[in-house]
Amino acid sequence: MAAGTLRDNYELAVIGAGPAGLAAATLAARAGLATVVLDEQAAPGGQIWRAVSETPVQRRSVLGADYWAGAARVRDFEASGAQYVPGATVWSLARDREIGVSIAGGSRLLKAQRVIIATGALERPMPIPGWTLPGVMSAGAAQILLKSSGLITRGRTVLAGCGPLLWLLAAQYLRAGGTLAAILDTTAGSTWRSALAHLPGFLLSPYFRKGLPMLLAARRSVRVVAGVRVLRAEGRDAVETVVWQGDDGIEQRLSADILLLHQGVVPNVNLAISVGIEHRWDDDLLCFAPVLDGWGNSSIEGIAIAGDGAGIAGVAAAELRGKLAALAAIRALRPGSTMAGLPDEASIRTQLAADARGRRFIDLLYRPAAAFRIPQGDTIVCRCEEVTARQIVETVALGCSGPNQMKSFLRCGMGPCQGRLCGLTVTELMAQARNVDPQKIGYYRLRPPVKPITLAELAALPKSEAAVAAVVRG
Amino acid sequence: MVRPDVIVIGGGLHGCSIALHLARRGIPVTVLEKDHVGRHASGVNAGGVRRLGRHPAEIPLSVASMELWHSIVDLVDDDCGFECHGQVKVAENPAELEILRERVTMVRSMGFTHEELVDQAELRSLVPAISDHCVGAIVCRADGAALPYRTTLAFRRKAESLGVRFLEETRVTSVRRQGAMWQVESTSGRHEAPRLVNAAGAWAGNLAAMLGEPAPIEVMALMLMISAPIERFLHPVIGATGRPLSFKQYRNGTVLVGGGYRGRPNVETNWTDLDFHGLASSAQTVHDLFPVMRRAEIVRAWAGIEARMPDDIPVIGPSRTSENVWHAFGFCGHGFQMGPIVGSLVAELIATGVTNLPIAPFDIGRFARA
Repeated sequence: MAAGTLRDNYELAVIGAGPAGLAAATLAARAGLATVVLDEQAAPGGQIWRAVSETPVQRRSVLGADYWAGAARVRDFEASGAQYVPGATVWSLARDREIGVSIAGGSRLLKAQRVIIATGALERPMPIPGWTLPGVMSAGAAQILLKSSGLITRGRTVLAGCGPLLWLLAAQYLRAGGTLAAILDTTAGSTWRSALAHLPGFLLSPYFRKGLPMLLAARRSVRVVAGVRVLRAEGRDAVETVVWQGDDGIEQRLSADILLLHQGVVPNVNLAISVGIEHRWDDDLLCFAPVLDGWGNSSIEGIAIAGDGAGIAGVAAAELRGKLAALAAIRALRPGSTMAGLPDEASIRTQLAADARGRRFIDLLYRPAAAFRIPQGDTIVCRCEEVTARQIVETVALGCSGPNQMKSFLRCGMGPCQGRLCGLTVTELMAQARNVDPQKIGYYRLRPPVKPITLAELAALPKSEAAVAAVVRG
Repeated sequence: MVRPDVIVIGGGLHGCSIALHLARRGIPVTVLEKDHVGRHASGVNAGGVRRLGRHPAEIPLSVASMELWHSIVDLVDDDCGFECHGQVKVAENPAELEILRERVTMVRSMGFTHEELVDQAELRSLVPAISDHCVGAIVCRADGAALPYRTTLAFRRKAESLGVRFLEETRVTSVRRQGAMWQVESTSGRHEAPRLVNAAGAWAGNLAAMLGEPAPIEVMALMLMISAPIERFLHPVIGATGRPLSFKQYRNGTVLVGGGYRGRPNVETNWTDLDFHGLASSAQTVHDLFPVMRRAEIVRAWAGIEARMPDDIPVIGPSRTSENVWHAFGFCGHGFQMGPIVGSLVAELIATGVTNLPIAPFDIGRFARA
């Protein structure tokens, strides 16, 4: 759909077309709200159902039943009457809900009475020594290649890290005919103690039922090394060797052409922080998450967040929270209306609570260890500007109390990724160096455009002469 | 701990510079800053170190400040990222060139020679990437640019090394005269000193009001944006004549675009809303003047909160309603270059009661109702 067919105003704009965005938009459009879905991807599905309507991977067992469940959700969405805009990069959201969006190289501004941010999750950075060497990539990037292009990596591939998605990827990878030289499991031994209390909820949940076979399948066919405490990648021009230590402290080496890293996902907060939505540090999940009410409403009027961007909770919760945010929008814009076919709020909340019980165990068990979150010395933290952990710690001594002062010195976080690959690392590094809580340190103050746009694209936007001040300059 | 002789309210560049210059005179100082040092306009401005185009009243101060900039390492032990590749104000047509010619004549009639008119050929040699339609310019060859946050922090660190105490996250809630002392209540408790400096930027109006002194401040937020690195094509800082522009390329290839388009500030929350219609105008100017920039990627835009006075020049000097209070605020988007000299002269005023620099035009008394 071309940008030209977009309207200037919508009742509801949904940003992102993963499980939360699709559920929200489907429900709202069915209820009659003029709804637009702005999706950066080429087709609906988000990350988990990426390319579900057009993937070249046709053997259904490779990606699993949960992936293919997305196809039905996409069909429902397409029948709902919501306007879908693929390839739409939202680069700005303002407090008055004006949205800046780039489509096929052209930008425009549009407004919505309500906005639901459903931009999902990002992989947590895993800044081990050597993580910037060619051949080292995130496991999520490998999964994108598999889903959208049917590609698996060639050569000796090592998978390292922790978290449920690590095992999901391993299973998908093996079923697609890939081989893994080893899985290096960095799950900390100590997390079992805190997680154990939540084991019963987990055992009764679909997470256990679905997760266990994946874990066992991986263990049957791949060398799995548990208890990895130290990890680095070595090589001259690309990764050649993966080096690790377990509890015994003995260094072990394995040659590798590809190292896939993954230690869980965190909310993609960039757009929400750039509009000024209040966030808090979550010490269990070790990330910043937006402060929301029970409907997903943020601290800014008319802007809600649903899905993993509201706090990591997985696909089932994402759909449920998407529906709640849509219900809130329907109630706000169609007050008093009692439409048939709207889902029952109470039953959504019951399902959400049940899902959370199974989730808690996983969250605590797979809480990544400090050694893999908070690097030291010459390990690169900011890939865009090649800033090391030592340099960041040194700015604390110069009087920088947080990321926003530090970035003025090192440009750390000011590159094209806009902090997506270093934000949490920097916060935790500075918190450790100053011996204060990460909440006190805070996160990068992000500003639009949250995704780059060309100067020509910006220049082509409508101008307003009211914005012109006297000719003053610094 | 020594009780301060002076409390400076506001940890921007001017507050830090005043504190540093007082400390150099051996006067004990405490600086109170409601956020952190350099949080607002001082830390995020365009960094222009510019005499070019100054209001006539500001020229003597700006020229004196430039002397300090050229030996900034001696003052603060840091080069502040200062680079001296000149400032250029471009004329896009003959009518604008005529305006520039008159400007240079006026500045020379005041006895200053730093502004120099150049023709199209000289402009091209200074700025090869400039669009063909530009016909000439004013050049200030010894002007340049520095890194604002680094500069502000360098002033702070040097001041601290001389004994100045900085209290951040300390918001002033009231000031009152108690005998010979100013009692300043703040979110970090009460602070006392016989003398007080108001260098509170966009918040200086509130402080002046606490002193019963009219200061018609307009709070503004000038927007800036920056590109991803591109190959170096520019050394001087560029301004325009007929439309707002401040344009420079850093050593790392990133390009900064600013020049006077405003966002919407909120002084309570420190938040600034950007106006992309205004940034579009800014982008259009760059699009027209530097064709090489059209495909550059803009990666971030922001705005710093500061104060503007109705006559577009700052307030500098003693209070006219309260004893032992001095003001330095309202720099209207062009205070960064004047930071070193304003600190020096306010410290001189406090220590000696006089200064040789012509500061009468900046008297706060000009806003008093007759």
